[in-house]
Amino acid sequence: MKQFWKSMLKSPSGVIGLVILLLAISVAVFGPLLFPNSPWRMVQRPFLPPFMLSTVPLGTDALGRDVFAGMIFGARVSLLVGLVSTLVALVVGVPIGAMAGYFGGKVDDALMRFTEFFQTIPSFALAIVLVAILQPSIYSIVASIAVVSWPPVARLVRGEVLSLRTREYVQAAVVTGQSNTWIILREILPNALSPVIVLASLMVATAILLESSLSFLGLGDPNLISWGYMVGAGRTVIRQAWWITVFPGVAILISVLGLNLIGEGLNDALNPRLSREGR
Amino acid sequence: MLSFVAQRVVKGVIVLLAIVVLNFFLIRLAPGDPAVVMAGEAGASDQVFVQQLREKFGLDKPLPEQLFIYVKGIATLDLGFSFRQQAPVSKLILERLPATLLLTLTAFAISLALGVLFGTFAARFAGTFLDTAITIFALIFYAMPIFWVALMGILLFSVAVDWLPSFGYETVGANLTGLAHLIDVAKHLIMPAMTLGLFFMATYTRMTRASMLEVKRLDFVKTARAKGLPDAVIQRRHVLRNALLPVVTLAGVHAGTLIGGAVITETVFAWPGIGRLMYDALLQRDYNLLLGVFVTCSVMVLIFNLITDLVYRLVDPRIEFAA
Repeated sequence: MKQFWKSMLKSPSGVIGLVILLLAISVAVFGPLLFPNSPWRMVQRPFLPPFMLSTVPLGTDALGRDVFAGMIFGARVSLLVGLVSTLVALVVGVPIGAMAGYFGGKVDDALMRFTEFFQTIPSFALAIVLVAILQPSIYSIVASIAVVSWPPVARLVRGEVLSLRTREYVQAAVVTGQSNTWIILREILPNALSPVIVLASLMVATAILLESSLSFLGLGDPNLISWGYMVGAGRTVIRQAWWITVFPGVAILISVLGLNLIGEGLNDALNPRLSREGR
Repeated sequence: MLSFVAQRVVKGVIVLLAIVVLNFFLIRLAPGDPAVVMAGEAGASDQVFVQQLREKFGLDKPLPEQLFIYVKGIATLDLGFSFRQQAPVSKLILERLPATLLLTLTAFAISLALGVLFGTFAARFAGTFLDTAITIFALIFYAMPIFWVALMGILLFSVAVDWLPSFGYETVGANLTGLAHLIDVAKHLIMPAMTLGLFFMATYTRMTRASMLEVKRLDFVKTARAKGLPDAVIQRRHVLRNALLPVVTLAGVHAGTLIGGAVITETVFAWPGIGRLMYDALLQRDYNLLLGVFVTCSVMVLIFNLITDLVYRLVDPRIEFAA
């Protein structure tokens, strides 16, 4: 573990990414406490430009709502949706991949065809259809993002399990009569963890992008403000008020960039052999 | 070669069938009785009309039979009727398809050409300032949501300087013909195609760079060098050709994302393609049209995947056309 942090902190992308993520998390957790302006309430005249008033530092939107407050509250939605939908995707993808890799044969065939099917369907279009039909809410958004993002997890885990199950210590476990579940959970999966962690950090980034795109199209949770929704709402008045679309977009860009950098840093730290060869 | 294509087509048809079945159940997941929903979309909801709809679309029959009717309809290109737009769904989609193909294929060509070019440069000058600059740019473009890139493009090129039109497919009411019309469409196409292309350009840049650095160290490159081949020939014939393989695979995987990006891009730029049609269907909760576009998108992805599979076999010197 110490070794891990050491190499993680040695990679510049990992450090920058971690700083950004910590910043985003603290904004999401403490921001609304320190900055209690409701993002839905009218606080000033509409179309107030940014940097004019210290109470409304980033200006107001077409309805006189505080853009800065929206960005702070939006951080919660983006991070929450990103993390939870990735977790759900892992919960679906890891068992499918593990079973396919471990049991092989017909089980593998069936599960992989199933996975390929979901990989062929255009993911964003499916997410749109799912959210539209289930009605927009934070639950339907998380569910549809998870549905479109588990297949790469399953494929990755299958590949890892496939190579691990022929190792001697796994065969030793088989010989000593351990159950399949025990072997998969205690012997194989812990050793397949590092690539899954790297993939997961990148998936959170993709999930944030997906959520913002859905909200932009008007498929966000109507009770929660999100960055994508803000950009979507500011779109029609972009000629009068650039700041309504620019700032929330920057927030999305920075968070996604941070998570991608963390993914690279993790990759360097967890697969040191691979990253050295890459250079 | 032929048997390979046939095999892939059969596989594609099976997947398509599965998507159609999924579609059938999705439409039944939609809130409310489909007949009542349809009646609502048509703007009338008295009992007689609902009953008529139920009979017309076989909604009073058992579920397996309904499924059969639905699959049969799609096989004959009948995707149902859009009551909101008062037209058959397939007609609406076919009208819009060319614009989407123009947009996605242009964006794809731009992203692949620029991505491979930048990736090659970065790998060639690995570790230098140029490499770092390209890598940072790729990282940033990779993290930008497409809708935001589109809006920033409009802010820069339509609002700040009036160089490019911010919406539509052609200048309305200009009635241009011939070359003037082509130039007009091209002007409208630049921003949407660049917007959609930039994200994928970033992925191809990263992939090409990584994979060229990987291939460079392999033995056959050393052999080529030992033979005394000029560096340019080694880079092009030996390194790039092999390094392109994962890029082609990635292009296939990204077909669906490209179509998804088109939905966003077309919405922002009012580009009259099926992505914009999907957005309209979404706003009006026109489920027949929504799912019709969804099936069409899936078919496009299947066709695109088939093509990338073929290209892969053309590019890869090791794979023969044995199925």
